[in-house]
Amino acid sequence: MSERTANGMDIDYVAQLARIGLTPAERAKFQGQLEAILGAMRKLDELELEGIEPTAHAMPVHNVWREDRAREWDVKDAALRNAPARMQDSIQVPKIVDTSG
Amino acid sequence: MEYLTTIGLEVHVQLRTASKMFCSCPHRYGAPPNSQTCPVCLGYPGVLPVPNRQAIEWTMLTGLMLGCRIARYSKFDRKSYFYPDMPKNYQISQYDLPLCEGGYVEVDLENGDTKKVGITRIHLEEDVAKSTHHSTTSAIDFNRAGTPLMEIVTEPDIAGPEEAYAFLTSLKQILTFGGVSDCNMEQGNIRCDANISIRPVGQDGLGVKTEIKNMNTFSGAQRALAYEVERQKEILNSGGRIEQETRRWDDVSGTTELMRSKEDAHDYRYFPDPDLMPMVVDEAWISRLTAEMPELPRTRKARFERQYGISPYDAGVLTADPELALFYEAAAAGSADAKAAANLVSNLLLHALAEAGMEIGSSPVRPEHITSLVNLVAEGTISSQIAKDVFAVVFETGRGPEEIVRERGLVQVQDTDQIRTWVRSVIEENPGPAADFRAGREKAIGRLVGAVMKASRGKANPQLVNEVLREELTRGGV
Ligand SMILES: [Zn+2]
Repeated sequence: MSERTANGMDIDYVAQLARIGLTPAERAKFQGQLEAILGAMRKLDELELEGIEPTAHAMPVHNVWREDRAREWDVKDAALRNAPARMQDSIQVPKIVDTSG
Repeated sequence: MEYLTTIGLEVHVQLRTASKMFCSCPHRYGAPPNSQTCPVCLGYPGVLPVPNRQAIEWTMLTGLMLGCRIARYSKFDRKSYFYPDMPKNYQISQYDLPLCEGGYVEVDLENGDTKKVGITRIHLEEDVAKSTHHSTTSAIDFNRAGTPLMEIVTEPDIAGPEEAYAFLTSLKQILTFGGVSDCNMEQGNIRCDANISIRPVGQDGLGVKTEIKNMNTFSGAQRALAYEVERQKEILNSGGRIEQETRRWDDVSGTTELMRSKEDAHDYRYFPDPDLMPMVVDEAWISRLTAEMPELPRTRKARFERQYGISPYDAGVLTADPELALFYEAAAAGSADAKAAANLVSNLLLHALAEAGMEIGSSPVRPEHITSLVNLVAEGTISSQIAKDVFAVVFETGRGPEEIVRERGLVQVQDTDQIRTWVRSVIEENPGPAADFRAGREKAIGRLVGAVMKASRGKANPQLVNEVLREELTRGGV
């Protein structure tokens, strides 16, 4: 059912990976938007990139970290109030069965 | 048909940091559910993760201990994840630029050979929450979510379940010596998954592999792998085909069951986490860590054999645990006889601790107690038999051996006249063994020595007893 367009975008596969269901109207709309984004990125193909190191971040900053010091946040009750359901002090969710794919 | 087994392991190790990987929540086991949480590890919008430097450093240290190359440039990536035990819908992990690559763990095989099991990579990631499953719902405790988890991936170098067990044991020793993890299996500090395949002897290419998950103890891993080898053999022997699939080990039933097949493999859609800056590691940092690297278990074992003249077995026992190794070295330091100190620690002390359900860290017997016990025996003040009794009292009371010996009058009897009195009455009371000895049956003297020791309530010097007995038996000759 799903297929790649000329721009390499398989909207159904992407939606499935993101665990979202799309209506036919949304499908058409997002397909166009995502293709436009891919098209914009293709501009990079026009550049001469020989000898340029790949980067992992847009900012030339590295080694940002913190020392290993712990503090209590005491947000348990607030967090549990925000949860859709709770079971004593745990957050309750529909039973997790590994049928992933 | 004969088969060869090929196993690769993925070992997950929780680092013993004080705080979590990307937030300052305490990293503590056994706290009330969801009490160790904050907006970062609960995945609230707008929060920013900040990496724990200690966790990064301990991962690098692990890499150095395993002979890995440490990456000069490394980064964190997001791995898409759709289970409720990771609230962001992604897990922060490392994809193509892990902190460490290459390396090996040396494993002692049953036949006495040593084998190097290759390490592919070590990367750092965040652990997921703990789920408890009920009939229709699951309960999630986020205390573990976001704690630092190191993943150590091996090459497919392991040739069977026993070798996997030996590998895990060696790895755990190194990690414990490095002080990077408590490696407490009950608390889930070290868990592993495996890839396993078999192939007929003579076949070049590897067989189809299955992935086994949920092995939480080393013995469980060995049993799971042994079960899977048999399962695959049965399929191949009956003309079947192995499916590439993920199977879950059930430690209670002792079987593996299908989790998912590879047809719908995950597409994790890794990409660099824009919230986290890359890591650049310079030579100075690596040199400092190398200099601080602890002596590894195998090196220490070899040194113990050399330096203290103890057996490879005793050296192995004494270096199995870093705290025990420290204890022994402290005890041996002032001892007149390092071998005797090794015996006291590896036999008496470990046995007493095991019986009392205690760890070496809480031992009532201190290293200096072992030293004085050894020296009391070496000087001839007490016999080694009495030393055992004194040890038991030290273990019970935590008091010093000299004090106990003095107070209870346990000083060894060296007085030949006193010993001769015991010897004469023992010979009189045991005419049979005495005659046997005189008739040339050398072994018969053992019973007489025992009887004299008993008469002296263990206090006679056994060597003197032996000498005086021989004198008296020959003098009274046939
Ligand atoms: Zn937190």
